[in-house]
Order: sequence, then structure tokens, then C-alpha cells
Amino acid sequence: MTAPVVEIVEVVRRYPGRPPVESLRGISLAIEAGELVAVVGPSGSGKTTLLHIVGTLDRPSSGAVRIAGVDTTGMTDGRLSAFRAAHLGFVFQQFFLLEGLSVLENVAGALLYRGVESKIRKRQAAAALERVGLGHRLSHKPNELSGGERQRAAIARAVVGGPDLVLADEPTGNLDSASGAQIIELLQELNRDGTTIAVVTHNVELAQAMDRQVVMRDGLIVHE
Amino acid sequence: MNEASRLRSRDLLGLATLGIRMRRLRAGLSGLGIAIGLAAIVGVVGITQSSESDLLGQIDRLGTNLLTVENGQTFRGSEAQLPASSTAMIGRMPGVEHVAATSLLTEPVYRTDKVPAFETGGIAVRAVDSFLLATLDGAVLAGTFLNPATARYPAAVLGFGAAQYLGIDRVDTSTRVWIGGRWFSVVGILNRFALAPEIDQSVLVGWSIAESDLGFNGFPTRIYVRATTDQVQQVDTLLAATADPQNPEQVVVSRPSDVLAARIAVQASSTSLVLGLGAVALLVGAVGIANVMFVSVLERRSEIGLRRALGATRPHIAAQFMAESVLLSGIGGLTGVALGAAATAGYALDQGWSVLLPAFLPWASLGAAVAIGAAAGVYPALLAARLAPTDALRS
Repeated sequence: MTAPVVEIVEVVRRYPGRPPVESLRGISLAIEAGELVAVVGPSGSGKTTLLHIVGTLDRPSSGAVRIAGVDTTGMTDGRLSAFRAAHLGFVFQQFFLLEGLSVLENVAGALLYRGVESKIRKRQAAAALERVGLGHRLSHKPNELSGGERQRAAIARAVVGGPDLVLADEPTGNLDSASGAQIIELLQELNRDGTTIAVVTHNVELAQAMDRQVVMRDGLIVHE
Repeated sequence: MNEASRLRSRDLLGLATLGIRMRRLRAGLSGLGIAIGLAAIVGVVGITQSSESDLLGQIDRLGTNLLTVENGQTFRGSEAQLPASSTAMIGRMPGVEHVAATSLLTEPVYRTDKVPAFETGGIAVRAVDSFLLATLDGAVLAGTFLNPATARYPAAVLGFGAAQYLGIDRVDTSTRVWIGGRWFSVVGILNRFALAPEIDQSVLVGWSIAESDLGFNGFPTRIYVRATTDQVQQVDTLLAATADPQNPEQVVVSRPSDVLAARIAVQASSTSLVLGLGAVALLVGAVGIANVMFVSVLERRSEIGLRRALGATRPHIAAQFMAESVLLSGIGGLTGVALGAAATAGYALDQGWSVLLPAFLPWASLGAAVAIGAAAGVYPALLAARLAPTDALRS
């Protein structure tokens, strides 16, 4: 039995201030390899903070965080960066594709900080884009793509390194329902091929399409 | 867990060009200050050096061992008389190679006897020794110089400027000028003397004919002395007392090559002014680049956040923006050096100088540009690196 991909225990994230704001108020969650999970909740429920903590972009004020079997709480910033490069993939609501670069270069950029050679980066990026159905759009600039295509390119960027976990923050938030449905299908398809995916959303439709739903409210998990 | 984020240096270069490629116009404008500053510095230093080497070459060619002796000036501004014996006395001094006396005459010169009396054109007539040409190390353009034989006859040699004014460009038997109520045949035209411009504007006649026909009293007014190179100083200090032992304080000894040397000094002082302005332009350029880098960091918050999510460390982010700043400044510097070198080459060739650009200058300039870029980029880069990934992604 391998360790869960995500294993967080009693995580609290408190922002200093007057009064201090507790965004996460003691959350425990485990995600096994191969799961397709939705974290649902209204805005302000702490779901994005949870995604940042799981994505090692933020540190908990207290509690334990183990990602891919590794305790990340004591890591230096440099180690965490390397950890993200090796184990995690991110998909954002705003896509965050760089306008100056082609789709291929954008996806290849995900391997930049692993020190992978340019030729290999591009080969793997082309394969990832093929996988999300953008094999014909390699040399296009992001602004020449539709919203749905852009998000698919961003998903290709998240999976190109073969991460242990893909974290998606409102991946359909900027898309019309047809494109959104295609993105949902793509996530399901990637999951069937073995990718562990956690989606953070307040979109019920999207959440329903996932295998498991974690409902959050006011910094706590209220329902599984 | 021993893995670390790695960024290849070639990829860093690619990252550095990213911001520049995305906003070409802004990048160009921000590098402009550096380009202008360095173009000014390189151009001015190059032009000054080229001009200086040309002047030094002239001085070398003409020699620094020519001295002139004058007895001040009269109230009317013409040259005063020196004792008649001074030429011979100077000739006996140790270290003197050649000495030649000249005397400014009062008689004007005209092209023909029909020219109105007031149209002298500022051309003077001088009685000269036949050693003058050797002393000045000069050359004739046409004809010959005066010799002891022709000095007794009404023969004249024209200075370069005098020949131009009188409209005489060749020497044949019928070429004559009108001096003191009689004709003088022109036997020669002199080349230009950089060290004795007064000779250029004169018509020269022999000492003897001046005494016999032009009412000349035989007193020299200006003596040219060529000293041996290693004894110029000694000759210089003794020359006044030798020329006029009674009134040495009235004698003015000068070294014409000092005039050329003074021009170098003048150039050097005006150069430092322009260099100062160039430095100011560089400073303004540095501020401009820092400004553009700040804007770039602000605009690219989400890119910074994305890169952090993709595994970039803080030093990677800092390096990317530092490299961009250095590259901006470096491109500006390269342009500036090229412009400055082109200006130097263009101006020097136009002036007929050889192009001289100190070899260290382009390298020093590029080094300065890189240093400026680094200095201007430090704070924006640190700002970018300090940005928390969660803040950067919250756009």
C-alpha cells in the first residue's frame, strides 16, 4: 500500500491582523493516488487557501502536510520549489499562459526549472499537447486560441512533467458551459489514465462530475 | 529528497529576452539613455584622441625645437627692432643649429603698380636671411628660395597665403610684384608653415636689396632659432639676454609648438565637460532602466507566481529580472558604443585624421553598461523574488 498523495492533518492557516483571520481552522484530508476530487465551497470558505497549502505555495500555521509521502512543512523555500517542479502541476482559472511565447513554449516552460534540455522539453510538451487535443496548435500564440483551447494548453502544461498531483483552481471559471464541459471531460480522461487530480470550485456542476466531493465552509470541511 | 530546482544558463538568457521581446518599443526607449550617454563619451574621447594624435603628429613633424625672438611690439602693433648684433650673438650660442633674422619692412606690396595704395591685403614685406628656409625646415612649392646671390637683386619669394592673395600660383620669368616703387621678380612660392603663420602672409626679399633699395636700416625684428632638441631649454632661457644684453626684459622668446600643445590642453578641458554630460546621461539612463524594471515586475506578477508554481526558486526569479536589466542596458551600451565609434570614424576621416579609438574604451563602456544594468536591476529583481507565490497568483 503506497502512501496517500495528499495527507494533511489538523491544518490551520491563520493570517496575522486585528483580529487575526483563520482561513483554515483545522482541516484533515487524505487523497489517494488516482483519485479525482472536487473541493467545493462558496467564496471565502478557504478552498483556495487549502489548494495553496496542498500545492506547497503556502505554509500552514500549524498542522502536518505530507504530499507524495514527503513532509513538506520544514522544507526551505528552495526545496519546496524543487518539490513543486518534480511532483505538482497547477491549472488556474486565468490560464496564466505567457503571451510572448507559443503554446509549445508555454508548455515546455513547465520543465524549465528541472534543468531539462530544450529539445527534450519541446518533445515532451508536444506529446502533452497532443494528449489534450492541441497537437495542431503548437506554434500558435495563446491569444490566437479560444478560451477552451487555452485552458487545455494550461492543462497540458500541468501534466507535462508527469506530476503526482494536479491542482486545478476553478478551471472552468472563465469558460462558457460548452468549453467547460470539454475541460471536465479532459480532466476525467486524464484521471482515467492515472493522473491524480484535485479541483477547487464553487461550480456544483463541475463538482458533481468528479468522483468525490469535499465540501468546505468557513475554513472547515463540513461534508464528504 | 535531494533534488533541487535547476535552471540552465542558456534558458536564463532566453528568459531575459522574454520581457524585451514582448515589449520592444519600451525596451528600446529604456536603453536609449544608456546609448546616448555612451555614444557621447565614446565619440568625444575618440574624436579628442584622434585630433590629439594628429596634433602630436604635427608637433613631432614640425619639431619642438624652433624658437622665435621678438622685441615686443611697438605702439602701432608692428614688430619692434632688435639690436643688429643679436643674430650673430645667437648664432654663437651652444646648442643653436640654425638662426635666421627677419625684419618687417614698412613698404607694402602690390600685384602691379596700378593697384590703389590702400589695397595691401594685410600682406607684409619682410627682409630675410637666406638661412630662413633651413631654420624653419620649410620647403618651396614652386621656384627656389633666396640665396646669397639673389638676395642682392630685386627678387621676391611669396609666402603661401601671400601668393594666394596676390593670385600667383606659378613662377616664371614674367611674374613680378610691385614693392616700394619698383618691380621685384617672383623667384619662389613657399609651402605653408604651421609654426610660422606670419611668414605665410609675407612677401620675402633679400637683406641686401632691402637695405639698398627699400630704405631698410638693417635691424632685425624677429629671429628664428633652431636649437638641438636636447638643449632647447637652455637655449630658451639664455636667448633673451643674448639677443639684447642691455634690455633682456623687453625681448620675447616664444616656442611656436607651444601653441599647438595649448590646443591639446584646451581640447582636454572641453572634453571633460562633455564627459560629465555623458555621465549624467548614463545616470538618467540607469534611472530609466530601473523604472522600466519596476513596471515590468508589477505587470508580470502573475508570471512570477506561475514560475514559482512551476518550480522556480527565489534566486531564479531574481536572476531572470537581473538578466533582463543587464541585457537592456547592455543592448543600449552596444548601440552607444557603435554610434560613438561611427561618429569618431566619420569625424576623423572628414578632418583627414587617422581614426584613433583606445582599445579599452569599447570594453570599458560595455562593462559600464552591464554594471549600470545590474545596479538598476537589483532592487526590482529582489522585489520580484520576495513576492510570495500566493500573492503573485492572486491577480
